Amino acid sequence: MALLEIRNVTRRFGDLIAVDNVSIDIEAGEFFTLLGPSGCGKTTLLRMIAGFDLPDGGQILLDGKDLVGTPPEKRPIHTVFQSYALFPHMTVSGNISFPLRMAGKSADEITVRVKEALEQVHLSDKGGSFPHELSGGQKQRVALARGLVNRPRLLMLDEPLGALDAKLREEMQIELITLQREVGVTFVFVTHSQAEALALSHRIAVMNAGRIEQVDVPSKIYSFPVNRFVADFIGRINMLHAEVLETRPDYLRITIPEMGEVRAPAKSGTAPGQKGFLALRPEQVRIAAKIEEVAGENHFPGKVRDLLYVGDVTTYIVDLNSGARIEALLPNSAPGRGKFFETGDRVEVAWSKDTGLFLNE
Amino acid sequence: MNKFLTSGRITKWLVSGPPFLYLTMFFLLPSIIILVASFRYPGDYGGLAPLFGGEAGRETGLTLETYKFFFSDFIYTQIFIKSFGVAMASTVICLLMAYPLALLIAHSPKKHRDFMVLLVILPFASNFLIRVYAWMIILGPQSAVSLAVNHVLGVFGVAPVPLLFSPFAVLVGMVYVHLPFMVLPLYTNLEKHDPVLLDAAQDLGANAWYRFWKVTWPLSLPGVYSGSALVFIPVLGMFAIPDILGGTGDILIGNLIKDQFLGTRDWPFGSTLSIMLTIAVLLLAGITVLISRRGVENV
Repeated sequence: MALLEIRNVTRRFGDLIAVDNVSIDIEAGEFFTLLGPSGCGKTTLLRMIAGFDLPDGGQILLDGKDLVGTPPEKRPIHTVFQSYALFPHMTVSGNISFPLRMAGKSADEITVRVKEALEQVHLSDKGGSFPHELSGGQKQRVALARGLVNRPRLLMLDEPLGALDAKLREEMQIELITLQREVGVTFVFVTHSQAEALALSHRIAVMNAGRIEQVDVPSKIYSFPVNRFVADFIGRINMLHAEVLETRPDYLRITIPEMGEVRAPAKSGTAPGQKGFLALRPEQVRIAAKIEEVAGENHFPGKVRDLLYVGDVTTYIVDLNSGARIEALLPNSAPGRGKFFETGDRVEVAWSKDTGLFLNE
Repeated sequence: MNKFLTSGRITKWLVSGPPFLYLTMFFLLPSIIILVASFRYPGDYGGLAPLFGGEAGRETGLTLETYKFFFSDFIYTQIFIKSFGVAMASTVICLLMAYPLALLIAHSPKKHRDFMVLLVILPFASNFLIRVYAWMIILGPQSAVSLAVNHVLGVFGVAPVPLLFSPFAVLVGMVYVHLPFMVLPLYTNLEKHDPVLLDAAQDLGANAWYRFWKVTWPLSLPGVYSGSALVFIPVLGMFAIPDILGGTGDILIGNLIKDQFLGTRDWPFGSTLSIMLTIAVLLLAGITVLISRRGVENV
């Protein structure tokens, strides 16, 4: 039995359906992420799990028990809020001890547990400080310690890294993974950042317009998105209009406007004449001044239109001679490479018929 | 000297000068006059005896006489204690009545709040004395309130009690007049509280009782302190309400001081009473600050 079962949960606000018949099982010890654009219903779902809101339909079960009659303060579920929500009139220790005091723990136990929690988040010397004396990263760690100190069955994190700068965010990501592994508490992480979701999660649920689009491990979500929304939302991707010409056991023959005939991996349930998209990650597209043509490979000449240099890799936007446009990614560390391509350079792009994914319309 | 710095300094003086001058003229200077007057002798027909010279055999110069007199008769200390008691009671009652009201306004939809605040300060639109006199009618022996109260008391076998001209009437008047001064600072404070803090407290296991006492109440203390000061200090010096609604035995410091200047015409003793009042209030304020600082450290 899963730790948390969300069964056909629906929540309406007037005409708006914020959460639409959502079902998810979250296993004990998991780092589970709800990923989606703002307004997709992930925060509403979070508030219903915490108990601040109740579903109009469906059930939320913890350890098999329906939570509907349990108020937030009685649920063994704690939340790390986006704004941290630290109590400004309490010290760091006062904040961390709060859930323990509410649970009526003895003074001795509180002292020991607070000390442990402070060590866990590397803030042992900050116990006497007030929240306004802390940096953003430190506040974040206090909020984490406060959420974990009373060992909840589930810790929910609502966009907790949103307020941090990029460098700190990366550090906190690593700390989060370590912390979750150490304490073994199930994390439900809410974010709109696909990079965060991919880096942190055991499993991801991609949400859109109140519905779950796909639930899977990060690598599956990235490599095998089930539909256009998921493919588009996670990472950069070439999304090319396509129509199936012929289905073969080992590959599909498809046609793409301004590109012509292309081969894509076989997919069950496709039939000739079916319209859809060829989804192709930029890193699946090879780019070079000259690429030898191999039978069965998709191969096109073109010209560099634009490039996005981000340090470790460069994304090249290439206008194909046939008229289509495609993005290709190249690590800047490629051995023996004298120079980068510049805008206007003549290049060739190619990708194997075993890469890419045909998605239904 | 940098030209911009100089002009900045001039602007600062131009802006802060007038209020500074005003307070010096009408607050600091009179305070000093009162302080000096408290050490002088009364004049023959009221006012003050001359400080220098004067006729032979007359008391001139400075003296501690009035202070000795203050401490020689316990009645004055008693009136002080009673006044502090009334001020304390008014403050506590105002706080108990204002807090739920301020919370209600602060938790109301934003578009209704200004209107509700307007309702709170609406009584100021009519004259203070008229409003106090109105209580004479409300609490008078033939009023519905009096009749109802005494009827209920009669059921329990208690003899009828007069409501007007009693310490009760004084307290009612004090609370009525000063309630808005408690509501406004409380509301201003409560309105600024981040609602997510209450969510966080609830999420971490706090029921409604703890959410109030561990989050809302401690965060509202600055509002409680300023509201209490705005009620306590004016009540302490108030003479009109005890005059109108109190009985003969209900005089407070304010009435005592007023009588020294306008009745007995003993200016030095009136000044002494004022100075003693100031000292007592400052002491109390000092103690409050100490307590509130320790309170913050202990949370």
